[in-house]
Amino acid sequence: MDYSQFLNDKVQAIKPSGIRKFFDIANEMDHVISLSIGEPDFTTPWHVRQEGIESLRRGHTWYSPNRGFSELRSQISNYYARRFNVEYNPDSEIVVTVGGSEAIDLCIRALIQKGDEVLIPQPSFVCYEPMTVMADGKPVIIQTKAENEFRLTAEELEQHITPKTKLLILPFPNNPTGAVMRRKHLEEIAEVVEKHNMMVLSDEIYGELTYGKERHVSFADVKGMKERTVVVNGFSKSYAMTGWRLGYALGPEEIITQMTKLHQYAIMSAPTTAQYAAIEALKHGDADIEHMRSEYDIRRRLIVDAFCKMGLTCFEPEGAFYVFPSIKVSGMSSEEFCEKLIYAQHVAIVPGTAFGECGEGFARVSYSYSLKHIKEALERIDRFVNEQK
Amino acid sequence: MDKLLQIISRNSDFTAAQLAAMLGEPEQEVINRINQYKEDGIIKGTKTLINWDKVENSGVTAIIELKVTPKPETGFDDIAKVVMSYDNVESVYLAASSRYDLIATVKGDTIQEIAEFVSKRLSTLDAVIGTATNFVLTQYKEGGVVYYDEDDNEEQRSMIF
Repeated sequence: MDYSQFLNDKVQAIKPSGIRKFFDIANEMDHVISLSIGEPDFTTPWHVRQEGIESLRRGHTWYSPNRGFSELRSQISNYYARRFNVEYNPDSEIVVTVGGSEAIDLCIRALIQKGDEVLIPQPSFVCYEPMTVMADGKPVIIQTKAENEFRLTAEELEQHITPKTKLLILPFPNNPTGAVMRRKHLEEIAEVVEKHNMMVLSDEIYGELTYGKERHVSFADVKGMKERTVVVNGFSKSYAMTGWRLGYALGPEEIITQMTKLHQYAIMSAPTTAQYAAIEALKHGDADIEHMRSEYDIRRRLIVDAFCKMGLTCFEPEGAFYVFPSIKVSGMSSEEFCEKLIYAQHVAIVPGTAFGECGEGFARVSYSYSLKHIKEALERIDRFVNEQK
Repeated sequence: MDKLLQIISRNSDFTAAQLAAMLGEPEQEVINRINQYKEDGIIKGTKTLINWDKVENSGVTAIIELKVTPKPETGFDDIAKVVMSYDNVESVYLAASSRYDLIATVKGDTIQEIAEFVSKRLSTLDAVIGTATNFVLTQYKEGGVVYYDEDDNEEQRSMIF
């Protein structure tokens, strides 16, 4: 039967993720050492897991309120005030979702209608474009540049604005580049946002993972921007809780109310067990974050140093757990480089093009792996680079 | 805790240049610190972790609990020194426990050899008032490294993003 006659044209037109191909090769090969996975290698801190288990033991196996448990929303509110200096009303300005991804989807669907343009800086996580398409919006890609350390500049933003522009996605700290936006950069963006009367979706899922002295600045903490911003965050990266599937959105009551309607009908409520665990994470997890961040920082330094010594230049990423070295010196395309590397040395990394066309000439290397593992992978990549010379 | 010690306590095979990169310090600084740690007796040496369960005829290990009478002046130190002077004694700890005072791990070729060592060398010491010998059957984890279920060391994360 020809199912294409029944399937939605927009869905059929969505391209499958570019990462898939490399994972398929890697899965069929023996002794592959990977630096490709985008989730923490840490397991969820034990005290957090225990609270999840305890909630099950007590038989708390029902739905939660649509927005999430009130205690969890209060803790999220405290957390954002404590860590990022922004206050949200737990009763009206927070919705707990199934991972940050659901929050992104809800926000785009709540705001975007036919013809609206959504500005998406790339390289970036792969979900913004298809979600925009499914909401009948028009994705407008802004290519960030290596010479700006892959930050979005006010000038680049201004160039892509049209009368139809409604929403800017702000994916920082960035997957795959590790770029961060410091306060002064955000203030420059804020001016343009104000001037053109736009909304912003600030995806701050890597907000706890920034390195160096300055902490992550939430876009909502920039003057005048709280009312124009939906902040997306979650527990996956900061507390190593990817499998629990728990995130949240923070924003103006009018928007969160509409997002909550979509959430209510599509999802009902986020996983109950995960919510109990997350309350514990927010109450007593600051030390866990610091421990993991410090481990990532050591690995980050090792890996940046190694790539630079190999001649694969790499700006120092200040956030997330990825480095984004340039492989242009090899004369190969990103995809060719990654494919040859996996066949020759059995090391899996992800071509930069999986995160947008402007990722050409780069590769994403994850350091959410043990030092021992990273060391071995770097030795293999070094051998590969030398063989190509 | 000192980050340098933290890293090298888990991986002894990084070069000084790699350690320097990880810590954001000059290489010479790292070399100096390591030398100082050696001088101060903080770094006591490096060795290789071997899963003896996989090596044929690699002998047996026992954990010996010793109940002892401390001496008036030196407490447990003197008796601990005697116990640790034997080459087949791998480690000696003073424990805060109501059942025993010292714990020693002992290696030998056979169970008999260890049993004999305990009865002839340890039990006969004046200060020792009782011993309990626990033979190790399987080594699950050592020095922070999982030995037993090697699947645990493998990647369990799914290959998605």
